[in-house]
Amino acid sequence: MTDASMDNAAAPKSGLTVVDERTRKRNAAEKRFQYYGIAAISIGLLFLLFLFGSILRSGLPAFTQTVVDVEFALTQAQIDEAESKMLKTKAYENFFIAALSEQLEERGMDVAFDAKAIERIVGKTGGTIRSHFQANPSDVGSRVSFELAASSRVDGYMNGRITRDTLVDSRFLMLTDLDLVDALEDAGIIHGAFNWNFITGTDSGVDNPGGAGLGASVIGSFFMMLVVLFLSLPIGVAASIYLEEFAPKNRWTDLIEVNISNLAAVPSIVFGILGLAVFIQFAGLPQSAPLVGGLVLTLMTLPTIIISTRASLAAVPPSIRDAALGVGASKMQSVFHHVLPLAMPGILTGTIIGLAQALGETAPLLLIGMVGFVAREYPDGFLAGFTDANSAMPAQIYTWASRADPGFYEKAWGGIIILLLFLITMNTIAVILRRRFERRW
Amino acid sequence: MNDMRIVERDVETNDVKIAAKNVQVHYGDTHAIKDVDVEIEDKTVTAFIGPSGCGKSTFLRCINRMNDTIDVCRVQGDIRIDGDDIYDRAVDPVQLRAKVGMVFQKPNPFPKSIYDNVAYGPRIHGLAKNKADLDDIVENSLRRGAIWNEVKDRLHAPGTGLSGGQQQRLCIARAVATEPEVLLMDEPCSALDPIATAQVEELIDELRANYSVVIVTHSMQQAARVSQKTAFFHLGNLVEYGETGQIFTNPVDPRTESYITGRIG
Repeated sequence: MTDASMDNAAAPKSGLTVVDERTRKRNAAEKRFQYYGIAAISIGLLFLLFLFGSILRSGLPAFTQTVVDVEFALTQAQIDEAESKMLKTKAYENFFIAALSEQLEERGMDVAFDAKAIERIVGKTGGTIRSHFQANPSDVGSRVSFELAASSRVDGYMNGRITRDTLVDSRFLMLTDLDLVDALEDAGIIHGAFNWNFITGTDSGVDNPGGAGLGASVIGSFFMMLVVLFLSLPIGVAASIYLEEFAPKNRWTDLIEVNISNLAAVPSIVFGILGLAVFIQFAGLPQSAPLVGGLVLTLMTLPTIIISTRASLAAVPPSIRDAALGVGASKMQSVFHHVLPLAMPGILTGTIIGLAQALGETAPLLLIGMVGFVAREYPDGFLAGFTDANSAMPAQIYTWASRADPGFYEKAWGGIIILLLFLITMNTIAVILRRRFERRW
Repeated sequence: MNDMRIVERDVETNDVKIAAKNVQVHYGDTHAIKDVDVEIEDKTVTAFIGPSGCGKSTFLRCINRMNDTIDVCRVQGDIRIDGDDIYDRAVDPVQLRAKVGMVFQKPNPFPKSIYDNVAYGPRIHGLAKNKADLDDIVENSLRRGAIWNEVKDRLHAPGTGLSGGQQQRLCIARAVATEPEVLLMDEPCSALDPIATAQVEELIDELRANYSVVIVTHSMQQAARVSQKTAFFHLGNLVEYGETGQIFTNPVDPRTESYITGRIG
């Protein structure tokens, strides 16, 4: 359409200032194409904006926690009295409730409440209070401030997930309890606080979304990435250097090449079941261990690293190799002294992108048992970090998202925020490294 | 251009440095070099001329076994430098290339400093005992490459920042830094402007005092200006080889005459 044709001989001669029909059409086509491009980019940006918006809107509440903040003192006599009873924690709970109602009365608020309602709002508090005084005997007699986490329903009511209209009376929370919550909020006893436990904590039970944290899974992911980095970088780079620089070009290397490209497109769950069969069932490595997760993800990352490394090696101009060989460098010297440094930015970028991909991979981890609920405690020690049962960030997020309690839903979104922060950090490192190593020739 | 100069030039006879017999080169199914016999003298500039694709660069690359790096390339026959067969199993191509330096068509300095460009060869061959020694080698090489005065104040600037002609002279300095005995040049001036070409040609003439220089060129004027001996290649055959003056003024083979008078090529 835009090609010149031969039949314009008949067209009348015109000056350069007059734009002829053909040129006008050509220019219009070009303009149209640019508009398509701008439209495509705008749609992409719009989706991105929408994505970020919804992630932040749904995920940020996970970083705050509604707490019930009560300050009160217990005398030694009260403690002795409580310890002498059959239901010791119940006695402590009664002290707490008494302190709470006292503080409400001080502020001149008169709300009826019973112990059951308090239990629905902050859960059973007695145990926490008792263990605090057992651990800190010196606090006896002085005023101690307790920040107790409110239940996830109250949390949801505070940040708007649950309203009076949507709440269905249940053993978890009654509509009447909300009056008490409002009163406590007016009194400044219930308020929001930053939820450090979400970042540093471990996974909780299925009915306690408030206590769930991502910390142990972050550690699990960290140990997995260590395994992936220290296995896939040397193996991948060595394989690419051999294939690109040393290997003869014959049917075998062609076959290997095709297979590497194919492996990059194999669904990750296939690698998961391979890892289950080979590393756990055959080699007898521990289940749910970050070591096994790392091995599986290494298999998955290798093709990515090999392909990008080979591409960046191939992009080094052959004249550099000729120059090195010409002054009598051996093949290996020419590769390691000249080609590899020039290919470094590409290799590093490929590696970090491969790692980032591995960091977000969920399916293979589920198959080798690194499911979210495994991450109930931190590994003890560095070496145990590789072999102790643990989960990883994406698997933890998946587990949270599949739990029934809507409190876990916002935890899943919050987990995605943390995961994205890690990915952004890794990509920033990739950009910085590329800039630093970039050289011109 | 004063062509008379060529005829009047004295030609001393030198020892034979490179002797090639029955050389055949195949690229896969293509027979690129057919039965080439040539004796290249020491302390002489020998020019290879001929139309594109005639095999002159291929033959040049046989002399330092650069063709080894091409998978499909097979070299047969006998090439001897100072009587040693360079395709003998005992010969390490790496050692050979230190002895037979090469300058390429396109200036290809390493993306490193000027100093490191020149020092790289001596470093990997262990030619310098210490830093002062290496400094001397670098200075001497750059002087021999006729570029010392232009770069002595910025030895640590990147070699890729020089102009094209300077880069090519830097590459020549890099090639002579490993103390080669033979210097191969594959169209060293084809990417340079006339002034840089003149400088490099002058340099080639000076290098003749120490090395056996073999230069591939497309420019017949250049061959006439710098060489003492000329070999004319055509379709993989060495058609004619002799004194430069004789080749250009009184060629024996009709194909040579056609080429230098511009009828083929």
